[in-house]
Amino acid sequence: MPVQVKLPTILRKHAGGEPKVSAEGDTLRDVLGDLESKYPGITKNVLSEDGGLHRFINVYLNDEDVRYLGSLETEVGEGDTVSILPAVAGG
Amino acid sequence: MTRYDDILGAIGDTPLVGLPSLSPKSSVRLWAKLEGNNPTGSTKDRIALAMVEAAEASGELTLEKTILEPTSGNTGISLAMVARRKGYRLTVVLPDNASQERLGLLRLFGADIVFSDGDKGTNGSIEVARALASDEKYFMPFQYGNPANPQAHEQGTGREIVADLPEVTHFVAGMGTGGTLTGAGRALHAHDPSIQIVAAEPELGDLVYGLRSLDEGFIPPIFDPSEVNRKFLVRSDDALRATRELTSKEGIFAGISSGAVIHVAQRIAAEVDDGNVVCLLADGGWKYLSIEAWAEDVETAEKKVSESLWW
Repeated sequence: MPVQVKLPTILRKHAGGEPKVSAEGDTLRDVLGDLESKYPGITKNVLSEDGGLHRFINVYLNDEDVRYLGSLETEVGEGDTVSILPAVAGG
Repeated sequence: MTRYDDILGAIGDTPLVGLPSLSPKSSVRLWAKLEGNNPTGSTKDRIALAMVEAAEASGELTLEKTILEPTSGNTGISLAMVARRKGYRLTVVLPDNASQERLGLLRLFGADIVFSDGDKGTNGSIEVARALASDEKYFMPFQYGNPANPQAHEQGTGREIVADLPEVTHFVAGMGTGGTLTGAGRALHAHDPSIQIVAAEPELGDLVYGLRSLDEGFIPPIFDPSEVNRKFLVRSDDALRATRELTSKEGIFAGISSGAVIHVAQRIAAEVDDGNVVCLLADGGWKYLSIEAWAEDVETAEKKVSESLWW
């Protein structure tokens, strides 16, 4: 399924400076895999060594944090938006 | 009883008010917990008092020490009020793009301010404070890692909601330190494990995400994700729209993170058939006047808010 991926500032250099790119996949894991094949190195700091999500990275599917859905196994649909953002705090 | 020995006694026990105009359907009632009703105008009064009292009890904080804390504003202001009452000196590390009202309030309460790089948001102020805190003259409560923070919300915020609205089905709050979600979440889940605890997170834009590396990310140690059921990202224009609706439809003057919470609550309410959704409105609207959040022209308001640290 083709989806839109919004990239955080720090990753845009891998994609020629683009803030938003397209990617394909049935699950988030597939989408990240497709991103990596199109822009090698882009998921280096998004995924951890054990293949899960890096601790300090949040991924959202249509603005919902996927850690509270199915994490990387979350299914994506056509036209969905995936956002990748670093964890920040407030207060 | 509304009589207290001093201002610190007036912290907490905030009103829970219905929002009859904002619910998308009549079978789902939205409620707002008005944390702006606290003495310095934000929910942080609860944790400031709790963290200081805990440190006094343990002996970590004595009158010769200076309290030091990284904050985007509200916690600093609350600590400044508590420090004034109890006689402590306070130094606050604040991002340099915090609103002028926050700066003004900190100064009038007598806090010393150290500025951190606004581009790095609160992550940046945490970095600077941690470096300073190695000096023994400081005591750093560290709201991001201090268990007194979620405890204050468990024993205060959460307990109050259960007492006022035992039929609560959803609780929506902002994710800053994670203290409210963790603490109130614990109290609410202990009351009824099926209650949905929902987090609202700000999408602050490139303003704050200019980190050098993803390893500069930060997750507050006190945050317990097992208490949270869902988490949503909210853009500043959506948060602003809902903040303005709170005023125009409900007569409530609240801060922009409150709008973010309402936006998420409306999304949840649209998905369910019935329920009672409690929204934590963390502060009043006062500190957002200078960024023209209620400007007649919505585009002006959107532009100024998106350039500010409204969280």
